[in-house]
Formats: sequence, structure tokens, C-alpha cells
Amino acid sequence: MNIPGKFSELQARGEGALIAYVCAGDPTPDATEGIVKALIRGGADIVELGLPFSDPVADGPTIQAASERALSAGMNTDRYFELVGSLDVKVPLVCMTYYNLIFKRGLENFVVDCTDAGISGIIVPDLPVEESKELAECCARNKVDLIFLIAPTTTEGRINMILEHGSGFMYLVSRVGVTGARSDIAESTSGLLSRVKTDIPKAVGFGISTGKQAQEVVVNGADAVIAGSVFVDIIASGYDVNARLEELAIELKDGILSAKR
Amino acid sequence: MTKSLYGKYGGQFVPEILMPALAELEEGYKRYKNDPGFLKELDYYLHDFAGRETPLYFAKNLSKKYGIRIYLKREDLVHGGAHKLNNTIGQGLLAKYMGKTRIVAETGAGQHGTATAMIGANLGFETVVYMGAKDIERQRMNVYRMELMGTEVNDVESGSKTLKDAINEALRDWVTNIGNTHYLIGSVVGPHPYPMIVRDFQSVIGNEVREQIMEKEGRYPDSIVACAGGGSNAMGIFHPFIEDYGVKLFAVEAGGSGMASTEHAALHSASLCVGEEGVLHGARTRILQDKYGQILESHSVSAGLDYSGVGPELAHLADIGRLTPCNASDEEALKAFHELSYMEGIIPALESSHALAYVMKAAGSGELGDLVVINLSGRGDKDLETVIKIDKGGQI
Repeated sequence: MNIPGKFSELQARGEGALIAYVCAGDPTPDATEGIVKALIRGGADIVELGLPFSDPVADGPTIQAASERALSAGMNTDRYFELVGSLDVKVPLVCMTYYNLIFKRGLENFVVDCTDAGISGIIVPDLPVEESKELAECCARNKVDLIFLIAPTTTEGRINMILEHGSGFMYLVSRVGVTGARSDIAESTSGLLSRVKTDIPKAVGFGISTGKQAQEVVVNGADAVIAGSVFVDIIASGYDVNARLEELAIELKDGILSAKR
Repeated sequence: MTKSLYGKYGGQFVPEILMPALAELEEGYKRYKNDPGFLKELDYYLHDFAGRETPLYFAKNLSKKYGIRIYLKREDLVHGGAHKLNNTIGQGLLAKYMGKTRIVAETGAGQHGTATAMIGANLGFETVVYMGAKDIERQRMNVYRMELMGTEVNDVESGSKTLKDAINEALRDWVTNIGNTHYLIGSVVGPHPYPMIVRDFQSVIGNEVREQIMEKEGRYPDSIVACAGGGSNAMGIFHPFIEDYGVKLFAVEAGGSGMASTEHAALHSASLCVGEEGVLHGARTRILQDKYGQILESHSVSAGLDYSGVGPELAHLADIGRLTPCNASDEEALKAFHELSYMEGIIPALESSHALAYVMKAAGSGELGDLVVINLSGRGDKDLETVIKIDKGGQI
């Protein structure tokens, strides 16, 4: 199933989506399938699989460490596509990675490899819309969604430009800063949700770690909640990982379901 | 839609959060770069604070030995001991005019961090510098200098613990503190408009050389030689000569301990010589990377050249043949370090020693012509600890 399909299914039930991020190959390539399945059992509607990069400037310490673990365990772009292609899951998968890895493989090759591996969307945190023309064309040709980020600092003019070029969902960054779990969700989130006017689903991420935060974000008008670092923290602990990932996914999804929309 | 490319290089490959800040910076720079008040203050600081202009010194003993006329542009005499202050004065004033109250910077050898600390203290900014843990160890004196001037020095433990990781961390800080903070980048790298701004503020070097060489020799040099890590001293001395096609330009990179690479690391820092096109730190340029695009760690005896990328404009000038990328090894640079010290009584920075080393090895070939200007971008006091260790048989 692709991303728009998943959102229309959820919207028909009046339900918000849980989007879960983990870094592929963290802590080892073999662990990823179990992790992804635990997230889906817990209620993840879409799974973002990070392709780790040596210099992840948009990420905080949690995901930096995950990237280093995965790279040390031998993750690379070839193994990433093999691994993702072998996953037997029904939810849409999204590739999140930095531009140089896409550039080096060749944009068209990268997007075709995504399609072959069953990936339906790509997020590139260091690729603003101005630099995205070529990749956007490859994505459009191969029916892969190119998902853009919108930040609290994004001006109205830029929001319109991003809405024109983005598809799948809009990734609204809840606060300025890098990725990482936080105990509070910035007030800027509700302001940003009301500034972005579109029919494309709006997903809010950066810092979300509890069911209560997830509920709050959906109450404020989000169609989806993205959680990443909080899952990666569990993976990093190495303790009872899959059961705890599933539990946390249940908590977040319950928070989303409890929001009156 | 991509803007500000140098040929196919340059651009703005940064997180969305930074895009408005880059636009604000470009706007601010456009507004003030020709503003009489700004220019007057810039001149004042370059003259009275930095000590410009710097001499163009005829190195008579070297010239005699190598049989060509060799001039040294004495950026080692700039306050702080390197050319870095030219840029930090410019960007520091720009940040002040733009109403920022906090500056962050990355540093490799500690020279840019020190130059940032100087202007930060002088203009009253809260100043934060990120420095790789490995570099902190190599350049302890510079860390202490920065701290004396009230700068907070944060060690960076991620990745290779050198300059590239310090840039990552400075970018993360900027992303988080975007409202009141100016990121004072130290080289002609990063997203547009940084490569242009840093080049412009460093061009004072080349502009002075134009007048000085004319006065002393009545003509422009046959070649200009500068070391290049990120490449700010090189762009600074090259830029005013770009249209003078009779002047050959040589960018000397760190050849390290050899021009090969292992799985995760290069033995050198020669991204112009052997790097491939890629995207690093916000710009499309030539970088050291593996076949998947993961960035390779670089190596050089000099912390200031130890970088996996290079300024996008230098990559472009190399592509179109306007400059010649070349390199000098750790060993050759060390030899040049000693040779300039005992022959001319000038102790050069290990970075600048690479430029000297290239001239020493190429002088006989005729490739450089008869009249050469070397950018002596910094002084070597900061490197004494490193050199002593190596002279005693330690590892580079």
C-alpha cells in the first residue's frame, strides 16, 4: 500500500496515523525486521527506515549514535535495499536519508531501487525544495512521494512553494533544533499547523515521545504523529527491545486515537 | 531553481530550518557590503585591530637557493597569527549590524576559533566554538587562548573528532539557536552565501598583493601558491587575480602520508586532487567519500588542512583549469617548516608549509615561472608541540 492509500483508509475511519522512525541496521542489519514488525504490531501505520549517513547534521545525539552503530555493523546503501526489499510487511515504508547518498548512487538509480524494495516515499532532511528539482522529477516518474519538511521558521512564501512540490505527507517540524525526544512540545506546533493549509496530510515530528504529546498534536489538527528518537533510545538500551517498542507504539497510537477530531 | 552555483558546484543543501536564516544573511550582506558606515568600521578594524596591511616580503635566501624570485605574503603577521581574522572581523561586524547577539563557529587548528574569540570579545558577543576532540589535543594552546577571551569551547566527540565533525556540531547549534545566533563559518565552504562572503572578506589579501607586487616588481607574478583545506586563504589571494590569466594559481592540498584511502579514511586531505563530486556541509563540491557516498575521514599533519571537502568555487576553478590542484605530503611540509625557519627566520604554520613545500619541489621544473608569491597564511608557534613530538620520532 502507498502513502496516500494508507491515509485515505485511516481518514475513512476518522483516525490519525502513527509514523515510526528507526535507523535501518541499528544495532545490526539482522535486528531490523524484528524491530519493524514490533512497531507495526504496536500500531505504526507507516514506517520510516533511516539509511545511515556519516555526517547527519539534522540529527541530535540519539540518531547520530544509531547511525554510527548501523554503519559500524556494515550498513550501506546496497545492504539497505536488500534488507528493506526482504521485509514482509503491509504498511507503507519511507526512506529517510541525506542527499549525498542519493547523489552518489545516481538519483534515478536510487529512486528505482526504492521502488524495487517496496519503498513508497523519500525524506531528505538536507534537501530544501530549491535544490530538489531533479530528484522530484525522478520521484514523479517512478510514483514515489518526495516528502518535504516545514519548520517553524519557514515563511509563508516558502510554505506555498513546498506545498506545490511535496506529496505523500507534509513533515511539520515541531520546534527549531535537531531530532531528539523532549518532554514538552513547543507551542509553535499549533501555530505551524494552522499556517499550513493543504489537503495533503500533515504529520508532526521532532521531540514527540509520549501518548499525551501525540494526543495533543492530533487535537491541534495534525493527521499524523512522527516519533523516532524515543524508539531509537529503546533500541540503544538493548533491553527487551521489541516488546518495549511495541508497548510504546501502542501508547502513542492510543494517544492519537483518543484525540477528538 | 538552484542558485549561486560556481559551475555545477555550490548551492544550499541544508535543513529547512536554516533556509530563512541563509536568506536573511544574504539580504544583510547585500545591504551592508557597500554601506559607507560598515566599510569604514571594517577598514578601521582591519587596520587598527588586525594590523593590516601585511608586508609582501622578498625571501632573499629562498630565492637564491631556488633560483626564482619568491615573495611571501605575510598573513602570519595578522593579529592572532593567521589570515583568519580578516574573515571574522567582516562577519562579526555583519552579525552586529544584523542585530545578532551570539556567534558560533567551528575550528580545526584553532586559528579560526581564536580569530572568532577575538572579534567576539571585542564586539561583545556571546561566543561558542566547536572543536574536534582530536584537534583539542593537537592544539591546546589555541583552546586556552580562546578561553582567555571568554569563548566557550565545546569538544566534539562524534565521527572523526576533527573539523568536519565540528562543522556538523556548529550547524546543529545554529539550527537550535537560529533567532539570536550568527554562524561564523571559517572557510569558503558551506551553503551559499557563505563561500562568497568569506571569499570577499579574505580578498583583502590578494588586493594588497596586486598593489605591493606592482610597486616592487612592476608586474604581476607568474604564479601564486597557497595551501587549501577548505580554501579561504587560497580564495582570498586568488580571487583578485582570477581575470589575470597570465598569473597561474596553485592550490596545494595536504598529501598526508600518501594519496591512498582505507575503507573509512583517506591518508590525505586532497579533495581537489582526487575527491569526487558530492554534497557536504550544505554545498555541492569535491569531497573525499567512499563508493556509497559516506564521507571519508581525512588526514594531515596540519589540523587546518585536515578536511574532507573543499570550497565549491575552488572545485569549479579546478574544473575549468583556472587553478592547478597539487599537494605536498606531511614529510615535505615538515621539511619546508624547518627550511623557512632556518633560512629566513620565519616559522611558518604547518598549513602554509604545504605551499612552501610545493614551491620548493616545483621551482626547478619551470612550472612556476620566475616570480612567485606564496601566501604565508599563518605562523607556526601553534605547531611547535606537534613538530617537537615528530622530531623526537613520534608518529604524525
